[in-house]
Amino acid sequence: MTEAQIYDALTEVFQDVFDDDDIRLTSGTTAADVPGWDSQAHVNLVVAAEMRFGVRFRTAELESLHNVGDFVQLIASKQQGAR
Amino acid sequence: MEQLPWLPAHADLGAALSAARRLEPAARFAEAVRLAGYRRDFTLTGRIDRLATDGLADPALREGVRPALTPLRLAILSSHTVDHLVPAIRVSGLDRRVALSVHVAPYGMYRQALLGEDPELAAFAPQLILLALDARDAPIDLPLDSDEATVEAAVQARIDELRTLWRRARARYGAQVVQQTLVPADPLLFGSFEALVPAAPHSVIERLNTAIRAAARQEGVLLLDLAWQAARLGHASGLADPVRWHQAKQLVSPALAPLYGDLVARIAGAVAGTSRKCLVLDLDNTLWGGVIGDDGLDGIRLGQGNATGEAFLAFQRYAAALGRRGIILAVCSKNNPEVAEEVFAKHPEMALRRGDIACFVANWNDKAGNLRHIAKTLNIGLDSLVFVDDNPAEREIIRRELPEVAVPEVTEDVSDYPAIVGAAGYFEAAGFTADDAARARSYALNAERQAALEQATDITGYLRSLAMKMTARRVGPAELPRVTQLINKTNQFNLTTRRYTDADTARFAADPETLLLSLRLSDRFGDNGLIAVLMARPDPALPPGELLIDTWLMSCRVLGRQVEEASLGVLLEHASQRGVKALVGEYRPTAKNGMVARHYEKLGFAPVPAPEGAESGATFWRYELRAAEAPAHYIEVEAA
Repeated sequence: MTEAQIYDALTEVFQDVFDDDDIRLTSGTTAADVPGWDSQAHVNLVVAAEMRFGVRFRTAELESLHNVGDFVQLIASKQQGAR
Repeated sequence: MEQLPWLPAHADLGAALSAARRLEPAARFAEAVRLAGYRRDFTLTGRIDRLATDGLADPALREGVRPALTPLRLAILSSHTVDHLVPAIRVSGLDRRVALSVHVAPYGMYRQALLGEDPELAAFAPQLILLALDARDAPIDLPLDSDEATVEAAVQARIDELRTLWRRARARYGAQVVQQTLVPADPLLFGSFEALVPAAPHSVIERLNTAIRAAARQEGVLLLDLAWQAARLGHASGLADPVRWHQAKQLVSPALAPLYGDLVARIAGAVAGTSRKCLVLDLDNTLWGGVIGDDGLDGIRLGQGNATGEAFLAFQRYAAALGRRGIILAVCSKNNPEVAEEVFAKHPEMALRRGDIACFVANWNDKAGNLRHIAKTLNIGLDSLVFVDDNPAEREIIRRELPEVAVPEVTEDVSDYPAIVGAAGYFEAAGFTADDAARARSYALNAERQAALEQATDITGYLRSLAMKMTARRVGPAELPRVTQLINKTNQFNLTTRRYTDADTARFAADPETLLLSLRLSDRFGDNGLIAVLMARPDPALPPGELLIDTWLMSCRVLGRQVEEASLGVLLEHASQRGVKALVGEYRPTAKNGMVARHYEKLGFAPVPAPEGAESGATFWRYELRAAEAPAHYIEVEAA
């Protein structure tokens, strides 16, 4: 997957989790920019992204996810590792 | 892992949800209820929950939804995070015809909520309290070489604490308690040897769960047996994902929320009386392999000897076992009736007998019409039916024509049928009594009574010929479970549809001012068991010397047998002994109890204005003890 494809797919994940088709993501999007992105929604995002991309985040990695850019980088690196 | 496999898959649930958001509020809620019946992961489930939010909060928005949803308030007191599971509980509630309001007490505070004061919980007034505890909470940490007696003492101390919490939940909130069993948090220490070490963690948890189950049975507490579910799923499948525990103290991973939510919702449904009652079975390629009309008795595959035949036999055995549990069995098949009946009469390998089938419909009409006929014959709602058919086209037609009927999505292999029907939890119970076990027989007897009625030349002669005997008694402890069960699952012949918990009925039974009566009926064909419950009590809105009939309900199995007249006679007898001057009956209309709208009128009650503070829509009826004579009937009444 290219980075652009990951952004597109991750946008769909966010739209589904927050039930909001208007969400647009940039690398700098943080929890403060998305209404409802609290700690519970964060776990939902992590699990939904794991299911969507077929990856599993390590416990330590979860602690370094602060914005959408971090999500995309982590997913990209895991998909590369899988190749 | 595919969750809720018995639900049909939707072609594009996400798009349907996006479209549904634009609907008017009432239509939006109806669409949420419909979409809750499709297979869904936790994200889609969350979106359905949002779609249903307004309707769950506002009864007016639910009015158009048929069959109506039963409102129920569920409080969850937990030792782990459960907020992420609540949407899935509510959504499965929609699928199981319960409109759930859910209150979650702050996690880890369950003792304080029950032993201390919790104003928020009190204001919520829960009808159901789920104690969702886990193995990490209050662990029993004993030296591994502790002997069995030490472990047992520690387990009993923990059970005593639970009993105190359960009793408090009942006394303080009048709620039915549901206890979650404990899922082991950590892997085995000893391997298979673990169970031979009494103080090993898994041994302790197993002993605790066994003790919880035994105590729950004694205390009238229901179980959410998560331990059995976890064993079925396997620890690794994510029910208890350690990452989610470390990250958010979630015992159940969000990924498994739909399954967990369904397990909770089906218990709520059982308590609310919305569990299904009848399993309707197709014949060709469902109960045996092949088509009886083409292949003949010798050609169909059934029974020992080949793998396919064994698989069909196994499904028949499961259906027969459900019948022995009290689930009504029916047949709905496109076949010549004589040809279909012949298999039951003559095939040596049949596990299901003709006598097990309460309603047997084989013809060439459309199945939707036949399912309507089955529901009508058995006097149950379409929403009590589960229909199993191997033919995907038939399943689709029934889902479209009769959305109230549950139609499990089955695989193309009958070997999977028992597991799918079992996993769907259609028949979740909130009690089990001797009457349940006898029910299948009772429905078969009704078929014989029906035949007697068709032979009799007049109704009076028929009723006389039945030689009916009614036993009426004030409800004692032994009858409480069955009485509560009947109160909570009777929908049609139910004048007020007031639901009460075990704790409520126990209180009514013990109150000398309240008349709580149970009625049993037998006749020359056999015993019908406990068939009616009546409760009359003084009410602040009525003058002294008058009793309000708070509850009057009856099993539809004994309709048209003059049980109503005989019941009134019993009530009058008790009332006059107490010097009561008048009885006041109340009818509260629901979507399902239209058949008793004129009940009091038929028995000679006179309409009166509703008392102050009565519910709108309810009608009130009065019966003067002096003025009237008890109605005549052909039932011999014995007061016990």
